[in-house]
Amino acid sequence: MYMEKTIKELHEDLVNGKVTSKELIKESLEKSHEVNEKYNAFVTIMDDAKETEVTDNLLSGIPYGIKDNYSTKGILSTGSSNTLKDYVPFFTATAIENLNKANAVPVNKTVMDEFGMGGTGTTGHTGIVKNPWDPTRMTAGSSAGSACAVAAGVYPYATGSDTGDSIRKPAAYCGIVGYKPTYGMISRYGLFAFASSLDHCGVLTRCVEDAAIVTDNMKGIDKYDMTSWDSSNINLYKDLTDDVKGKKICYIKEICDINNYPNASDELKEHLENFKQKLELCKELGMEVTEVSVDETLLKASPSVYVVISCAEATSNMSNLTGFIFGPRGEGNTYIEQMKDHRTKGFSPLIKRRFVIGSYVLQAQNKDRYFHNAQRVRRLLVDEWKKLFKEYDAIILPVGAGPAKHLDGSKNILDESTSVLEEHLQIGNYGGFPSITIPDGFVSNLPVGLNITGNCYNDQTVLNIAYALESKMEYKNQIAKEVK
Amino acid sequence: MNDYLVMIGLEMHCEISETKSKVFSSAENSYKDLPNSNIRPIDMGFPGTLPVVNKEAVRMALMASMILNCKQPEHIYFERKNYYYPDMPKNFQITQETKPAPVGIYGELEYECNGETKKALINNIHLEEDAASSEHLGSTTLIDYNRAGVPLLELVTEPCFHSADEAVSFLETMRSIYQYAGISEADSKKGQIRCDVNISIMEKGKDEKDPSNWGTKVEIKNVNSFGGVRDAINYEIERQIDAKEDGIYDEIIEQETRRWDEESGTTIRMRSKVDAIDYKYFVEPNIPKFKLSKEWLEEIRKSIPELASDRKAKYINEYGISNYDATILVKEKPVADYYEETIKLGVNPKSSSNWITSVILGHLNKFDLSINDIYLTPKMLVDLIKLIDEGTISSKQAKEVLYESLTENKEPVKIVEEKGMKQIGDTDTINKVIQEVLEEQPASIEQYKSGRTNIVDFLVGQVMKKTRGQANPAMTRNMIIEEIEKR
Repeated sequence: MYMEKTIKELHEDLVNGKVTSKELIKESLEKSHEVNEKYNAFVTIMDDAKETEVTDNLLSGIPYGIKDNYSTKGILSTGSSNTLKDYVPFFTATAIENLNKANAVPVNKTVMDEFGMGGTGTTGHTGIVKNPWDPTRMTAGSSAGSACAVAAGVYPYATGSDTGDSIRKPAAYCGIVGYKPTYGMISRYGLFAFASSLDHCGVLTRCVEDAAIVTDNMKGIDKYDMTSWDSSNINLYKDLTDDVKGKKICYIKEICDINNYPNASDELKEHLENFKQKLELCKELGMEVTEVSVDETLLKASPSVYVVISCAEATSNMSNLTGFIFGPRGEGNTYIEQMKDHRTKGFSPLIKRRFVIGSYVLQAQNKDRYFHNAQRVRRLLVDEWKKLFKEYDAIILPVGAGPAKHLDGSKNILDESTSVLEEHLQIGNYGGFPSITIPDGFVSNLPVGLNITGNCYNDQTVLNIAYALESKMEYKNQIAKEVK
Repeated sequence: MNDYLVMIGLEMHCEISETKSKVFSSAENSYKDLPNSNIRPIDMGFPGTLPVVNKEAVRMALMASMILNCKQPEHIYFERKNYYYPDMPKNFQITQETKPAPVGIYGELEYECNGETKKALINNIHLEEDAASSEHLGSTTLIDYNRAGVPLLELVTEPCFHSADEAVSFLETMRSIYQYAGISEADSKKGQIRCDVNISIMEKGKDEKDPSNWGTKVEIKNVNSFGGVRDAINYEIERQIDAKEDGIYDEIIEQETRRWDEESGTTIRMRSKVDAIDYKYFVEPNIPKFKLSKEWLEEIRKSIPELASDRKAKYINEYGISNYDATILVKEKPVADYYEETIKLGVNPKSSSNWITSVILGHLNKFDLSINDIYLTPKMLVDLIKLIDEGTISSKQAKEVLYESLTENKEPVKIVEEKGMKQIGDTDTINKVIQEVLEEQPASIEQYKSGRTNIVDFLVGQVMKKTRGQANPAMTRNMIIEEIEKR
């Protein structure tokens, strides 16, 4: 199975004539249909995908997947929403355009939580995405289809987007690598906006090296995105090294200490214990590992900050969805009736709830109490992280409270005390920090992950630490196998 | 009316027409093209599009801020104003509403009203994007997105005007500033200028600086011409005063938004202040805040072009033009430019001024034209004036030629050639005609001698008639007097 190989291996095979781009595409498309049957990972499978010339570029000729919130010219782009169920854009997102220039071959568009709003992979208009390790479990979201497909071996990588943890959480649940670089390293032009100040483009792969290769090709300053910056002096793949001796990393007591969770489930205990063991590996790599303490009240405020800011921006960003210029036209006698009909029918209840919240927190009489306060707390959290980055090269933390959750909600243990553990990745979005999740073991036979986050523009350090740690563990390039 | 003090505040929207592209979009900023041809995906709110600030629009906005003596902010950033409207596909407008975001806050500007110098107080001036334009045709509305995203400057004054005259004089001054600074054509016929007017009345004699003495403020939205502003203000003042006099002020004058209805010449209620829209402003996240460097601001300040007041002083002091004529010449920049062009071509500034202010502007007003619309170029006018100076044709002839040139779109020199119009300057020919005229009008000689010297004008007219206006009038006059006195 070629599609289970790494990008570098595939490139060598292509260059040596062991396999052709056409054959890779055929295998990837067959696998796409198989995975779609089983796990419902795709909105669109491009059966007419054409091979490309194999060049010096490592991505040339190799298939990949695109999350369905990237605008792709001539290819259905729905954001997994009924409001755009028939939308075929006439322009391509810059990040995808960059991959096209590298001769990479997109073969499908992946299912997501509607417009990226959701962390379950269950709210897309084409239905629930199932976890390839256990179809009764979630993939997490919102980059659900991308995580599922990469884990299932459809191709070596797929693009994702991350507003709170939408790349890094599903990567953990699916046992793969999920990386969002520093805000603005990859242009957001053509990415359907959810919350612009938090939205990041990124990638899901099965190893850190592949994440570096793909990001090198997606990134770059873009005249259509004012928040993008010139990273031409950064070559993540070329400068990737496992020599991390002397690097200083820290973990946060208030998140990692099992004593914070009086009602901890066995899975949580196992997950945190496993994480602790991985800290030992970091020390073996010559890194200095320190436990630090952060004000718990501040940490606990993070989930509310996220709700307020992301909902506020989302409600404004998505007011362009009216069904007049694109999307299905609503019914009614006036334009207002038609617009209301379009939005009432088009959005899922979850999104509508978020719009109500977003609208509420921006109203003149509430704005200071909610929106402005959320921005203040966001700033405080970012300052706290930046303070840590003055002393440490990176923060290392466990992802989530254990393995993937059950799709059948009644089987999930509700433990309010783990909310910070579940949601701390958002702080990476508040500050635009480079942040990567890598698999770090198994709990209940299901994959779990850890996250490494560094200061803005220190993507190389973050990737190097992940690369070194990955090499000390045996979860690199793993393919999902259904376990019962 | 005399018992009340009228307080008027203005919101003047003026499109920046002189940038190449729109304010947050790379589409062309132009009117002339077919509807819906200057559009980028962002102008129609397509998913995934992002705004990119046009630096030139910011530069012009800052220049306007400086001319208005406003304070410029340390950082430039923008906000979103959220509301649903069919001519705004994103359903939010990118603007600068909350201080200190605007490109300019708290300024003042001197302007002239009926010969008096007054001072307008500026609350703020900010840069934003225009919406698409819509045309209502019965039950259908057509939308043209060429205008969506065109840079727009919104200027907000304090309630510092006390009459329609003051408000309109200020607006005219601003229009002239936008034109002279090269920011906008500021042509209300093209919909480039739109105003909202706030009006209240208070009893005279009370302290007008104390807001508790102010009356109820009524806002009139979307007045699209200066004439409309004048009429709307006068109508609204009368409505409010009548209500006061009839003792029903508190009942019928409420804080509300009305619109000016051009056809009926009245203001019509739109909504009460209670129903005001909550625009849910927040900082536009896709445009990073950027610091304005002192160097750039200084560069902008130095590049402010000569404004109307500077040119007027020059015309009066250097060219010897009357204050009255100079005021007329600088009122519209294209006219002043036209005038200066003729002077560059080496004509007497006074004669050029005379021809422009009398004949040409008269023609423009009569046919509602702009000076750029006419066939007659500055060069053509100069050539015509030269023919007069050389004595080739008379002023009277020149006037006829100019009218014909303006109405028939013909070059004056050609008209003179075609008609064989040449002033008769040789004494023999003129003398011959004078002899004829005096023979026909023998009584006139007696009348002249008995003291009615103005009979000469009549005789000159007779000579001009016979020569179809070609005789040199001054010469003719002298020769007639000489001839009569000889007899």
